[in-house]
Amino acid sequence: MSQNGHKVIGTRPIRHDGVDKVTGRAVYGADIQLTGLLYGAIKRSPHPHARIKHIDTSRAEAHPGVRAVVTAHDLPQIADKLADLGEAIVNLRDASNNVLAYGKVLYKGHAVAGVAAINLHVAQEALELIDVEYEVLPHVTGVLEAMEEGAPILHEDMKTTSMGEETDKVSNVANHFQHKMGEPDDGFAEADVVIEREFTTQTVHQGYIETHNATALWNEEGQLTVWTSTQGAFSVRDQLAEILQMPVSKVKIVPLEIGGGFGGKISVYLDPVAALLSKMTGHPVKMTMTRDEVFEATGPTPGSYLKVKMGATNDGRLTAATAYMAYEAGAYPGSPVGAGAGCIFTPYDIPNVQIDGYDVCVNKPKTNAYRAPGATNAAYAAETVVDEIAEKLGVDPLEFRVKNGAKEGTRRADGPVHPVIGCIETTEAALNCEHYRSSLEKTANGKVRGRGVASGYWFNFNGGRSAISVSINPDGTINMLEGSTDIGGSRASIAMQLAETIGLEATDIKPYVVDTDSIGYTDVTGGSRTTFGTGYAAHATGQALIREIKERASKLWDVPANAIDFADGVFSYRDDEEKRSTFKELASQAGDAGGPVVAQVSTQPDGSGGGAFATHVVDVEVDRETGKVDILRYTAVQDAGTAIHPSYVEGQMQGGVVQGIGWGLNEEYIYNDEGSMTNASFLDYRMPTTLDLPMIETIIVEVPNESHPYGVRGVGEVPIVPPPAALANAIYDATGVRLRDLPMSPPRVQQALAENGG
Amino acid sequence: MHAFDYATPESVADAVVMLSDHGKNACVLAGGTDLIVQLREHRRRTDLVVDVKKIAELNALSCDASTGLTIGAAVPCYRIYGDAEIAAAYPGLMDAARLVGGTGIQGRASLGGNLCNASPAGDTIPPMIVLSGQAEIAGPNGTRKVAVEDFCTAPGRTLLGDGEFLVSLHFPAPAPNSGAFYRRFIPRNEMDIAVVGVGASVVLSEDKSTFVSARIAVGAVAPTPLFVREAGDALAGQPVSDESIRRAADLAREAARPISDMRGTAEYRKHLTSVLTRRVVEGAVQRAKE
Repeated sequence: MSQNGHKVIGTRPIRHDGVDKVTGRAVYGADIQLTGLLYGAIKRSPHPHARIKHIDTSRAEAHPGVRAVVTAHDLPQIADKLADLGEAIVNLRDASNNVLAYGKVLYKGHAVAGVAAINLHVAQEALELIDVEYEVLPHVTGVLEAMEEGAPILHEDMKTTSMGEETDKVSNVANHFQHKMGEPDDGFAEADVVIEREFTTQTVHQGYIETHNATALWNEEGQLTVWTSTQGAFSVRDQLAEILQMPVSKVKIVPLEIGGGFGGKISVYLDPVAALLSKMTGHPVKMTMTRDEVFEATGPTPGSYLKVKMGATNDGRLTAATAYMAYEAGAYPGSPVGAGAGCIFTPYDIPNVQIDGYDVCVNKPKTNAYRAPGATNAAYAAETVVDEIAEKLGVDPLEFRVKNGAKEGTRRADGPVHPVIGCIETTEAALNCEHYRSSLEKTANGKVRGRGVASGYWFNFNGGRSAISVSINPDGTINMLEGSTDIGGSRASIAMQLAETIGLEATDIKPYVVDTDSIGYTDVTGGSRTTFGTGYAAHATGQALIREIKERASKLWDVPANAIDFADGVFSYRDDEEKRSTFKELASQAGDAGGPVVAQVSTQPDGSGGGAFATHVVDVEVDRETGKVDILRYTAVQDAGTAIHPSYVEGQMQGGVVQGIGWGLNEEYIYNDEGSMTNASFLDYRMPTTLDLPMIETIIVEVPNESHPYGVRGVGEVPIVPPPAALANAIYDATGVRLRDLPMSPPRVQQALAENGG
Repeated sequence: MHAFDYATPESVADAVVMLSDHGKNACVLAGGTDLIVQLREHRRRTDLVVDVKKIAELNALSCDASTGLTIGAAVPCYRIYGDAEIAAAYPGLMDAARLVGGTGIQGRASLGGNLCNASPAGDTIPPMIVLSGQAEIAGPNGTRKVAVEDFCTAPGRTLLGDGEFLVSLHFPAPAPNSGAFYRRFIPRNEMDIAVVGVGASVVLSEDKSTFVSARIAVGAVAPTPLFVREAGDALAGQPVSDESIRRAADLAREAARPISDMRGTAEYRKHLTSVLTRRVVEGAVQRAKE
């Protein structure tokens, strides 16, 4: 038995999908084969900004082996309409134009046409036979440049919304918003130490190993089926129905295993094109992206510019903070600046705050969610300023964070008041951990060493819709159907919550992620909601099964159902000790007392409940001559509420840390003067490899989430938030030089050290 | 990938005929770790791929204390560092042979292929230059030998004429009191192309206090791997000291004429050339003393 009286929760069973995954039997999008399958490819813009004057597809259509060619003119034209895709609100006209460019191309790699052919080689040959006449326009890829007067304008009809009101101003700034509480000027006047710094971050990609894919079959009845890799099958269904202007009942999505998403596999790219090509040819059409297509034409997370100012008194109290945050949206509005603004100062209790956010279009791919979208950029700025303030005050940076930490009742600058959260508990656990208490030699092997810390916050989505459908087998095991894509072990974590509720083992539950015709609507796997939200539904399903089994036992035992108790996995009749059975024992008989036992449950929690906090500690070694930073030791501390499967909580923490390290040290989209990404491959887009990392140590803090029956808090996103700031603070500790531009790659570090004599 | 023909000649003469017949429309395949990727990514187009792995001379691998080392152009890296005698005698070459790709790639990739691919950043080329490597070339007019430092002429280009191909590489036996070393700088610890790579070989006096001679070569700082003769020459006759090594590093830095690209700015590469040259010469001296 684990802690808190749980039998299953808190244990580490082997995941249900594990064997098929490690033996290569799990079916991914690229594995799909259908009779008569055609292969599709996309013609992409070589220019970052151009007007499409004419597309001539006749040579491609005449090419032997080509079956169909599609352009934006084959898509229904859609008026402006907003749709909620789970992690972001999306304008469907923009979404349609992003699938196939209409009128203008807005970034290099923007899709302009699709081809279906008898094989991929023919399809690729045909791409070269599509003649596109462009009028090349000036382009802009940097956020501050895009905000300047006279910058090339991406959307001539887009007027800036400012403080909730549409203005007459046509610019690349889609939106400016402000959060304000208290009087920051008064707060700074009260402060003894005030630090104001500027920061930049670069565009980075989620870097999931599996590239985007879609196989579509539009049958003779007009029924569309799409097999694809996605974080949300229902979201894909709804996007397709809107972009193709067809009823949702005509669209079925079959979600296959997913090789990583991190927020990037919610929007559709290939699916509508494959669907149209299937409609035109009468054959199934399969499309898969190459790695360079993923980099250049799917949604990375934005580059940004931030200016952060914070003030504190000599007794170590934060009195005021302001932030100016400008995020690149990419080609269409919708950067995660709003989320970043909601997170930037949230680990702290600061009475006077002002945050100004700007959502800015640039000639880069439309950005998309990436693990705590917007929060890592924000924390990089705020957490390095906090470090500097603590240094000026001469106090330990973690003790400073504990003293100023947010707690139940603290108000966030964007409005909400925290319910029960584990911010201070997490920081204290970091302060007291062996790593932080250990000493660090400041020099070794001719290199210098340093230690840094940083904290981070992510909201977590404590709401959303989930459905679960179960049937009980005569042997007492349960088939559990669900609609949540399993990215990080959620089949296991959801099945464990059902098992816990009804007193079974995790292995007694057989979880299946099924298609959109086979389960009720379920929101995307995103916002760290799945183990919370679909687990919430699993608990409710367990309760429904207990009620149903009581009814069956009532018939079998001939006693009133309301006199049957369920405790510790055993059903018992109050007035007769002989009438006691486990769930499994009753399940084998229950089918004869009213037909097969099934249950269907859907839930939508109210969205209350606290977010996730993390504090990280890192030791680095810096080669002053080359600027290379090596990580010696890394400890991630995080409040998980209740860790359902601790191994997968640790896995999420480690994965988030590693992505944050990549973002901090080497990852960036490098653009040339022509607005073209020069490093669209894993060779030169440098994600860390196992040889670049120590084992990431983890400490799970458990402050239960009061809005979940088992206290679950989402864990997937917040671990990516602190790493770049923690690394910057560690590099400062090692070298005496603060780095305020990401990535802190060897050339940047070397240059900064040379310029600052560090 | 466009369709092409594939041939497997079993003699140097047959390969020369095939290559001569097709001129620039033919490609030579050894391990294929560069060629196949280039064909797949449409960076190169060919009508005929001539696989030279069935030719005996291209699989030769022999080491002799008096005549030196012969490596057939198609011998994969794992065979080279897997030979204990060769690995012990030419540690500077092993630094690079163990660096090309991962284990799987090293089962296919050859030093000959690395040289013929003529990347300015090819990791094995600077150590081959500093070990005074000679390339044996076969062609319609018979065979010829050229110094490795003269083999590459531009990024992706070599002095091979129509119908010519690389047969083998030859290295003299190591001199007494000599040592060689290769190191590259990459932002990560693996999975990268050199931002700068430096090879050095030194011959020390018997008491190990003075440089008798030295050769230094630098990768990724010019259109071809660069033999910096003057940097090595500056060490000859000088005492083994920080000062003499720094001077050689300065000369290497001056010789470097890098470009700025996604792997580093020109200025950073010049800086690294100096840092790495110093470290690599120190490494070579250390080996000469061992």
